[in-house]
Amino acid sequence: MLKSIVKPGVIALLACLAGTVAAEEAAVGTVKTAKGTVTIEHAGQKIAAAPGAKVFAADRVLTGADGSVGITLRDSTLLSAGPNSTLAINMFAFDPTTHAGAIDATLKRGTLAVISGKIAKASPDTVAFRTPTLTLGVRGTEFVLEAADRRD
Amino acid sequence: MDIGLIALAVILYGIFTQESPDRVVLLPDPEGKTGAVVVKSAAGEQRLDAAFAAAAVGSRGAIATSQTDAAGVTLRYGDALGAQPRRPVSFTVYFISGTDELTPASMPVLEQVKQAAAGRAAPEIVAIGHTDRVGTLEDNDALSKKRAEVVRATLMSVGIPSTQIESAGRGEREPVVATADEVAEAKNRRGEINIR
Repeated sequence: MLKSIVKPGVIALLACLAGTVAAEEAAVGTVKTAKGTVTIEHAGQKIAAAPGAKVFAADRVLTGADGSVGITLRDSTLLSAGPNSTLAINMFAFDPTTHAGAIDATLKRGTLAVISGKIAKASPDTVAFRTPTLTLGVRGTEFVLEAADRRD
Repeated sequence: MDIGLIALAVILYGIFTQESPDRVVLLPDPEGKTGAVVVKSAAGEQRLDAAFAAAAVGSRGAIATSQTDAAGVTLRYGDALGAQPRRPVSFTVYFISGTDELTPASMPVLEQVKQAAAGRAAPEIVAIGHTDRVGTLEDNDALSKKRAEVVRATLMSVGIPSTQIESAGRGEREPVVATADEVAEAKNRRGEINIR
């Protein structure tokens, strides 16, 4: 009796976990431009990024003193970072049917240019760009962001 | 100690410990339109909605607004802006009424898509289906997904690698011509090909 109750629960849990893993493994963006030293930190590994490289949620993208990088996210948000920059993609979700989703990214240092995409158009309240001192709510727009190098 | 030396030490200390603020500058789009951003910090909130409006936020959260210009932005953010990916482009194809076949006039568009994709670094194509507002939301989601699959298959038939093409159905959510519900509108029954 107990077994028959537990089993569907376990299966549902496994299905749920599988879903989570699949969602985490889907790329959230693609590198389109890369100049100089560009590194993606993904799952504890450092990968030299060239055009075509995939970016995932929880990745960090770093540029060297000679580096710059341009990334297009799945909702057509365009991100580009100048030299000496660290960008963390904290979270990204996008439903291509409804355009519902969320973006949360932090520029830890350096410079970042942003052209907002389909998520900001459909649900601007779910898009946030951060630096160590500010959080930016986006109302469908283009902007540049700079985070001071605090050397801490 | 010499008072001058102390003053110098104080000034130097100030220079080396003062943190530069984080900044944001709102930019106009290529058509000259400007959106808005809301800057939030530990100390407050400030909305920017003019082209080249800027805000600087220090470590304590104080928000100082100012106005810059295109030259100032290029000077400070030229490298980041220079690395910007190309803006996505969209093409539209139409279906023969009541079928999932593309109109003959849509065929040359596929060749344009192929060329546009070939000219981009790491191109990604999304075939998107759209419907008019006849029928339920759910039925139109299914129909639009089917249309997207037809567009995707057609793009593959002209030689675009399948790995570059995704498909998505938008249902009746994004009409070209706004109509009341249950109104048939040929212009809304379409396929969109987005290249990014």
